[in-house]
Amino acid sequence: MDFLRPASWEEALAAKAEHPTAVPIAGGTDVMVEINFDHRRPEYLLDLNRIGDLAEWEVGEDTVRLGASVSYTRIMQDLRAELPGLALASHTVASPQIRNRGGVGGNLGTASPAGDAHPALLAAGAQVEAESAARGTRLIPIDEFYTGVKRNALQPDELIRAVHIKKADGPQQYSKVGTRNAMVIAVCAFGLALHPQTRTVRTGIGSAAPTPVRAKTAEDFLNAALEEGGFWDNGKIITPSVAKQFAELCSGACNPIDDVRGTASYRRHAVGVMARRTLTWAWESYRGARRASEGAA
Amino acid sequence: MRVHFTVNGRPQEADDVWEGESLLYVLRERLGLPGSKNACEQGECGSCTVRLDGVPVCSCLVAAGQVEGREVVTVEGLADYAKERSCGTGACGTTLQDAQQWQAKPASDSQTGEGTELSPIQQAFIDAGAVQCGFCTPGLLVAADEMLEHNPNPSDADIREALSGNLCRCTGYEKIMDAVRLAAARQAEGV
Ligand SMILES: Cc1cc2nc3c(=O)[nH]c(=O)nc-3n(C[C@H](O)[C@H](O)[C@H](O)COP(=O)(O)OP(=O)(O)OC[C@H]3O[C@@H](n4cnc5c(N)ncnc54)[C@H](O)[C@@H]3O)c2cc1C
Ligand code: FES
Ligand code: FES
Repeated sequence: MDFLRPASWEEALAAKAEHPTAVPIAGGTDVMVEINFDHRRPEYLLDLNRIGDLAEWEVGEDTVRLGASVSYTRIMQDLRAELPGLALASHTVASPQIRNRGGVGGNLGTASPAGDAHPALLAAGAQVEAESAARGTRLIPIDEFYTGVKRNALQPDELIRAVHIKKADGPQQYSKVGTRNAMVIAVCAFGLALHPQTRTVRTGIGSAAPTPVRAKTAEDFLNAALEEGGFWDNGKIITPSVAKQFAELCSGACNPIDDVRGTASYRRHAVGVMARRTLTWAWESYRGARRASEGAA
Repeated sequence: MRVHFTVNGRPQEADDVWEGESLLYVLRERLGLPGSKNACEQGECGSCTVRLDGVPVCSCLVAAGQVEGREVVTVEGLADYAKERSCGTGACGTTLQDAQQWQAKPASDSQTGEGTELSPIQQAFIDAGAVQCGFCTPGLLVAADEMLEHNPNPSDADIREALSGNLCRCTGYEKIMDAVRLAAARQAEGV
């Protein structure tokens, strides 16, 4: 095994071009487990820790450009206002020690259907900034990033530089089912974001299909129902029948399996429950914010 | 490969390190510092917790090559680290030899900690009876000490959160909670 330690992003891209089989290592919280248990013996490890830019972020007008190695801890501490869904999801990851090392770049690299960043990214709306020495930068829409179980759209010579995530324009929620609060891989998870600017709701489901997915039919149904009922303007409570049908459609978007963490039918059921709850919570804060701004006006 | 890094305030170097080796392995097997424990090697138990550039991490999940040029504090250096934090001169640190020879109670009393210098959190663990088999203790000490550094007046929820990555199979955690509360109270009183 060779340990490659590029000191800059350009050097990292050059190393990845020269050794496409090199395994990048950021926080190491996925890679080292595989090496410790001899599940993986890469020819090259490509250390990204020396590239300081990867641990930084920029808050722009509409998006946050989140460096691939920004730790979950920093996201929770410093980006709660801009990325509330991802901050909530980050807080559910493992333990402080793991959150201090792991980040979204590694979560995307592993692309596990159980990765907690994914539902939040799907719900918020995001693009993955991938780069190669040969072809430069491209932005991969998050909806096209997950291509199969633990597979993603990266080419062998590409690295993730950053993720461009839409700044929250409304309330966001994240909910995860597990056997306890700390150190739990999701049985299933659900992210939801209200986007009052475009009058849309977006979702993300984790651990209930071969890849993280959006519940698009459920979104379309809800967007139409909210529009039709004038809910965005009148700020009324969402009709229980609408919430119920939204929940059912979210369950229907799942394609889960039975495994040690839970059965397929439990997952489908739990996703429906989380969909209804997160919608209710998010809508309540939307109504609260509307009332507050009307009260101030 | 060879790895140079700072351990407990002193520069060290480890030779013949395999590229896939963890920091935990380097500390225990190459530098002779077995304080950080190896229980799961998959980030689940926290018994290998050390500070990397000040931040608590599972040393079993850090590749040795990633620590080149960086600073690591292990449980063996915790007493000096705490002393340095309170004295603030920056000239302290623990020699490798001292760290290797570190034991909780040298010639004297192994129940009370008398006779050796302990950090306040270590003393509190002894006084509160928070150590049974002791396997989880080094990781808990490092994690708890770091929390008290940033949060001198933690709520119970803060303590539980900060220690949520550390498993203990013996104590049921209540005495550990007591120990951290005790250390916080003593810190507040300046004892
Ligand atoms: C005890 C434990 C509990 C965990 N609990 C959770 C949990 O609750 N939720 C959850 O989502 N995850 C969990 N994980 C998994 C892991 O912590 C996350 O997936 C984390 O986001 C990985 O980030 P990392 O930086 O450590 O990745 P690494 O291990 O460094 O890398 C992971 C993968 O991504 C690739 N990669 C990393 N950076 C890049 C880059 N810039 N470009 C291209 N590829 C890259 C690597 O080659 C590798 O394939 C847990 C892990 C452990 C050990
Ligand atoms: S040995 Fe590192 S977390 Fe268990
Ligand atoms: S005292 Fe035995 S594991 Fe904690």
